[in-house]
Amino acid sequence: MSEHTDLLIVGAGPAGMAAAIAARRHGLSVRLVDEQPAPGGQIWRGIETVAATPRAARLGESYLSGADRAAAFRACGALYEPESQLWQIEPGFRAFITRGGKARIVTAEAIILATGAQERPVPFPGWTLPGVLTVGAAQILLKTADSVPEKPVWIAGCGPLPLLYMTQLLAAGGRIAGFLDTTARGRVRAALRHLPQGLGRLGDLMKGLSWSLALRRAGIPTIRHVTELVAEGEGRLQRLRYRAEDGREAEVPAEVLLVHEGVVPNIHAALALGCAVRWHAGQHCYVPVLDAWGETTQANIFIAGDGAGIGGAEAAEPRGRLAALRVAARLGRLDDAAAELAAAPERGALSGALALRPFLDALYAPRPQLHAPPDETLVCRCEEVTAGELRARALEGRPGPNQLKAFTRAGMGPCQGRQCGYAMAHIVAAAQGRPVEEVGFYRIRPPLKPVTLGELASLDEQEPAA
Amino acid sequence: MFRKLHDPGPQAVTIFIDGRPVVAEPGESVAAVLLRQQEGWNRTTPVSQSPRAPYCMMGVCFECLVEIDGQGSVQSCLTPVAAGMRIARQQGRRSLSA
Ligand SMILES: Cc1cc2nc3c(=O)[nH]c(=O)nc-3n(C[C@H](O)[C@@H](O)[C@H](O)COP(=O)(O)OP(=O)(O)OC[C@H]3O[C@@H](n4cnc5c(N)ncnc54)[C@H](O)[C@@H]3O)c2cc1C
Ligand code: FES
Repeated sequence: MSEHTDLLIVGAGPAGMAAAIAARRHGLSVRLVDEQPAPGGQIWRGIETVAATPRAARLGESYLSGADRAAAFRACGALYEPESQLWQIEPGFRAFITRGGKARIVTAEAIILATGAQERPVPFPGWTLPGVLTVGAAQILLKTADSVPEKPVWIAGCGPLPLLYMTQLLAAGGRIAGFLDTTARGRVRAALRHLPQGLGRLGDLMKGLSWSLALRRAGIPTIRHVTELVAEGEGRLQRLRYRAEDGREAEVPAEVLLVHEGVVPNIHAALALGCAVRWHAGQHCYVPVLDAWGETTQANIFIAGDGAGIGGAEAAEPRGRLAALRVAARLGRLDDAAAELAAAPERGALSGALALRPFLDALYAPRPQLHAPPDETLVCRCEEVTAGELRARALEGRPGPNQLKAFTRAGMGPCQGRQCGYAMAHIVAAAQGRPVEEVGFYRIRPPLKPVTLGELASLDEQEPAA
Repeated sequence: MFRKLHDPGPQAVTIFIDGRPVVAEPGESVAAVLLRQQEGWNRTTPVSQSPRAPYCMMGVCFECLVEIDGQGSVQSCLTPVAAGMRIARQQGRRSLSA
């Protein structure tokens, strides 16, 4: 098997699969690696297994629409490698990939990173206790393991995902203790001014409303404008305290608490490659700097899908195809005029899919308390560094996130700052009275995940790449 | 913490968690099986020995590290179960040890 392909795609979600299909159509050789065992990405997790079972219907139509996508991807002739984690890319391009504890190097002319999004980290006191998970984690457990919380579950947060998960959970026979809605007061009014441009997406709005109505009909207790959360227990979650904007407080017994405050692009690979990123004020996160085809500031490295900025699955697919078209043109399989012609409908689909985004971004903008966790909060889960320690250190000589990382070890653990990066930036910004976008983010260096000596040793066994 | 809604039936496989046989279904992750166990945790932290459990289920938090078939610090949320797999909870281990 040749280890060289024209195009390497990382990620088998909507963006990566669409890119692979489009690239194959233009005759490129394609290798697609994904750390999951099957194609689908986050939205269509486990679709190939689940589609054939009676439980598929409970997960809803947009989930089921992934079955055809996965089938088309399987048939497109791309070399698909599941359970394969990318951890480094060197110029040239040489990509380092681990599968089953063994690492190897593959080479490619161009790369599309279709690595998607992660949930925005939600640091609060007690969020490290067993029993506190993200809503996305629980949804993955429902999709791939048909598992639900044993006891009535508490859900805290905002955004479409908690609403979608709660309807899926109820359909599956799960039970909900209550929904702590953290959407801040006044967000609806702020969002409404973006509504006119999103009216073309009325269907999506109706879907969101129908989820809310279903929850109301099911009699799910909902507490609005929740500002603070504290999870407590001996070695596991046992109690949950919350406070709402109007001062209402309560303590309730809890075994599982699911949290979610929106999603942010996975930018670690882009940062490690030296691709420029910029602060996206509307989405409160960094996004890569991209041209109209999705090419980064590093030539022949593209980013497609939610990794390019949150747009949802319907935006991910045209973004994937645009990147593939550009790569095909670069490698001489398509002239520029033909690429432009093929790109026009994709650009139309993309702007349509993005029309409602500013409305959703404004409606579900993170509440201010999210970025100012109390002193006792473990901001860095891996190295157990508290918000208080970071705050105190941030005042001594105005260090940036990288200096604070060196002083405190925050961000040095195996997750490499994926859980503490934004909290760190906000704490530094607040302590020093600077805008968060000026503070910057951790410098990310490869490898993108901890690499064992065994993996490094296995590289030596590889035949020299062709 | 979590329970499975259907019985895996004849497809079921057995895996071992700290030596104890546990039923699992092909296609699910080791982390999903761990979250169905009474103990509710899979590792303790190197700094304060606090118990931790899978948090994100998508490979970004590294809370789900366990030893699988002798290999330490494997992300159990990214590892599908296989018949006979041996899983050990991890106590206070730094993840970089091979
Ligand atoms: C937990 C979670 C649940 C979500 N659920 C829904 C939902 O139910 N409905 C919905 O509309 N939207 C959902 N979303 C939003 C999601 O971002 C979708 O819009 C859509 O899945 C994005 O498609 P994508 O192709 O950009 O990325 P994804 O679908 O996220 O696919 C990215 C793929 O890249 C792989 N990957 C990442 N890094 C690496 C690496 N280093 N090496 C190898 N592979 C890698 C991942 O395993 C993943 O399969 C969810 C998001 C998250 C984070
Ligand atoms: S549960 Fe987060 S990495 Fe596995």
